[in-house]
Amino acid sequence: MKTEAFKDESRHRFLLNMGPQHPATHGVLRLVLEMDGEYVVHLDPVLGYGHRMHEKMAEARPWPSFLPNTARMDYLAALPYNHGYVCLIEKLAGVEVPRRAECIRVATSELNRVASHLLWLGAFLLDLGAFTPILYGFDDREQILDILEDITGSRLTYSYFRVGGVYRDVDDRFVENTRVFIKRMRKRLDIYNKLVTDNIIFIKRTEGIGVISPEMARRYGVTGANLRGSGIAYDIRKTEPYSIYPELDFEIPVGSRGDCFDRYLVRIKEIEQSLRIIEQALDMLPEGEFRGKAPKKIKLPPRAASFAVEAARGELVYFMVGQDSDVPYRLKVRVPSYANLSLIAELCQGMLIADLVSVMGSLDLVIPEIDR
Amino acid sequence: MSGYFSDLYHGTKSLLVGLGVTFKEMLKPTVTVHYPRETLTITPNYRGHIELVSDEKTGGSLCITCGMCARACPSACISIHSEKPEGSKKKILTGFELDFTRCSLCGICVESCPTDAIAYSQEYNLAGYSREEFHMDLLGRLGKGGGSLT
Amino acid sequence: MDTAFLPPELLRMLIAALFVVTVVFVNALFMVYAERKIAGHIQRRPGPYEVGWHGILQTLVDGIKLMTKELVIPRDANRMLFRVAPLLAFTPVVMPFLVLPFSENLTIIDMNIGLIFILAMASLNVMAILVAGWSSNNKYGLFGAMRSVAQNIAYEIPILLSLLSVVLITNSFSMRTIVEAQISGLWFCLLQPLAFIIYLIAALAETNRAPFDMPEAESELTAGFHTEYSGMGFGLFFLGEYTNMFIVSSVAVAVFLGGWSGLPLPMDAWTGAFWFLLKVYILMFIMIWVRWTYPRVRFDQLMNLSWKYLIPFALLNLIVTAVIVKL
Ligand code: SF4
Ligand code: SF4
Repeated sequence: MKTEAFKDESRHRFLLNMGPQHPATHGVLRLVLEMDGEYVVHLDPVLGYGHRMHEKMAEARPWPSFLPNTARMDYLAALPYNHGYVCLIEKLAGVEVPRRAECIRVATSELNRVASHLLWLGAFLLDLGAFTPILYGFDDREQILDILEDITGSRLTYSYFRVGGVYRDVDDRFVENTRVFIKRMRKRLDIYNKLVTDNIIFIKRTEGIGVISPEMARRYGVTGANLRGSGIAYDIRKTEPYSIYPELDFEIPVGSRGDCFDRYLVRIKEIEQSLRIIEQALDMLPEGEFRGKAPKKIKLPPRAASFAVEAARGELVYFMVGQDSDVPYRLKVRVPSYANLSLIAELCQGMLIADLVSVMGSLDLVIPEIDR
Repeated sequence: MSGYFSDLYHGTKSLLVGLGVTFKEMLKPTVTVHYPRETLTITPNYRGHIELVSDEKTGGSLCITCGMCARACPSACISIHSEKPEGSKKKILTGFELDFTRCSLCGICVESCPTDAIAYSQEYNLAGYSREEFHMDLLGRLGKGGGSLT
Repeated sequence: MDTAFLPPELLRMLIAALFVVTVVFVNALFMVYAERKIAGHIQRRPGPYEVGWHGILQTLVDGIKLMTKELVIPRDANRMLFRVAPLLAFTPVVMPFLVLPFSENLTIIDMNIGLIFILAMASLNVMAILVAGWSSNNKYGLFGAMRSVAQNIAYEIPILLSLLSVVLITNSFSMRTIVEAQISGLWFCLLQPLAFIIYLIAALAETNRAPFDMPEAESELTAGFHTEYSGMGFGLFFLGEYTNMFIVSSVAVAVFLGGWSGLPLPMDAWTGAFWFLLKVYILMFIMIWVRWTYPRVRFDQLMNLSWKYLIPFALLNLIVTAVIVKL
């Protein structure tokens, strides 16, 4: 913005510590800001407050015992994390998954994605100072949690997928409730559009703020809605489709300018697309097994494999090296938020502190996922 | 200059529409459940802490003390005590403890049990004053009817 | 003998002081409760519910809690100023009560510069925020203070301009005269709709209410100028804010909405006050409603709104009024 002024070293600057208990750094992120008045000159994210050694834990226990951990990295969209992990093991061990299970996996993952986006919407608007949308978002999210609780038994950290299928079959009630929810959600999107998308204050706060150019996004390895907001239609569900995604008919919404507003719009449109996916997955839900015959004990072969899925925040990759035992030699998790956060230092240079908050909100960071 | 007035017009309109939305929502009934007075019915599939299942015939536990669950548990929160009485081939269960402070409610133990001797409870509002209150003696609970789930 | 001890003027002042303090506290108690209830219902939740019938005693209990809490003074704060600031925030907002025309007979003093007096007192409020932010020696606090100063200066101008266009018509700064002019003629919100709207917007900013709550901007500045305040220090700021809301709404009612005029009611003596308060609380409801609907504007946009939209329109309005009055 006012970059010339920043080059002037004689100007008085000061350090501002933002977080780890600041209302806008959801979770425990700490930013050390060098400020010139209300402008951010330089910024350093400090990570690690939520470090729980997930990757190390994976090296110290048999692979089935790591499954609950996957749900705890990104607790807002735990199912895609389960999904990536079980798919990786299935790939390593060559396990077939029945079709019914695949449909259930996709439907529930997408429900989870909608829930995550709704929470993000609320948190983002909270960052911008609007207190009401978060409660509307929670109201809708509650419906999803109820649906998922009914089949998985828990509300947040599901551990629902198992190698070879899912942990419990779904019933007609699930299908029915989900359809009711989809109808309701479509109506609610209208409210969000009226209350938020069209709001002039919201538009002014997000339009042209925090523009991520496609080049910059590539350089930092940004994925997910943040990348699509910059106009690159990169979505693992389309580019490297897994599960039943190739058979589904859905679009990848992209933005054009790469500002906060585009990232917002992309996520709102993704909710719509996710609803479409869920509908189709429910339509094609076949009768049959929900959990295939997976061998009781799977030894992980001594080779490396990786599997990528599209989590709610972007590309999630599990990379595993086996060692002829059921304990993996190494598990590396590539979480989307880490890359999405890494560009913030460059992006926010010369920004007003109010815009910094808005950019951080729009990036949809989940800090425990970054820290792992 | 044209942006100036169109901003003014559309801005004002959007703000009024926003007010309309919140006003309409305000008149709708609230969705809160007043918790201690009202409770929701918990889905039968709810995964609470684990509980031993009682054998319908004997009233005892179905557990054969194979230890599968304890081994499968990622957080090592199950400990099983058993002894082999004189002259008997089978071990009998003398203690089944769950350290609920570390349980992640993943359900791997339930799945790994060959005799379906453990199941989830429906209890969701556990609270206590000390850690020790969550070191549960499941076998003891079974005797007191705590585990009568089947 | 007695009257010599307490001259009627003094007695009058004492009663007035008592009356003002009561109104301030009761109003704050009621408004905090109303705000939380309205906010709750806007968000589809019941708001305070547990203490008393539908939580009616909640704010009372909260007030007691605030009073019993310690005022923690940060080590590096300027102790004197830190303590003075809450008082400074509270005193000026009480003063305008002296000239508010609640009803025909219920006006403490009818000053001929009533309106100016109120504006002068209202702009003192910014001093308190500045002192609070500065003395807490906290960067967030300082941000809040600085923003508040700039904001108040920017928004006092449109307030003044919009009120002036009414004064041009009535030819008087006395609150009473202004109200009486409306009783005999049209309410000024109909004669001066533009001034009315400008006043309302600027008043929102003047009281630091969302969407213009720059000095506190929770998600940016944690709590802005009162970040370091606890206990009754914070309580006084809070009280000040709600009283301030009451004052700006009262001014709006007196100047634009016909003051105490309204349909006659059976209880003759209280009719005026009833209508006055009713209008005030309707305005305050709108302020609350707005707060819970919109996101917060950015600081420079706030300035833009004032300098680019409000002030030019207010000026235009003033000129047009002047010309028409002179014709
Ligand atoms: S639910 Fe999981 S963590 Fe809890 S006891 Fe069973 S296996 Fe262990
Ligand atoms: S797996 Fe089942 S039978 Fe074996 S020890 Fe555990 S509870 Fe008992």
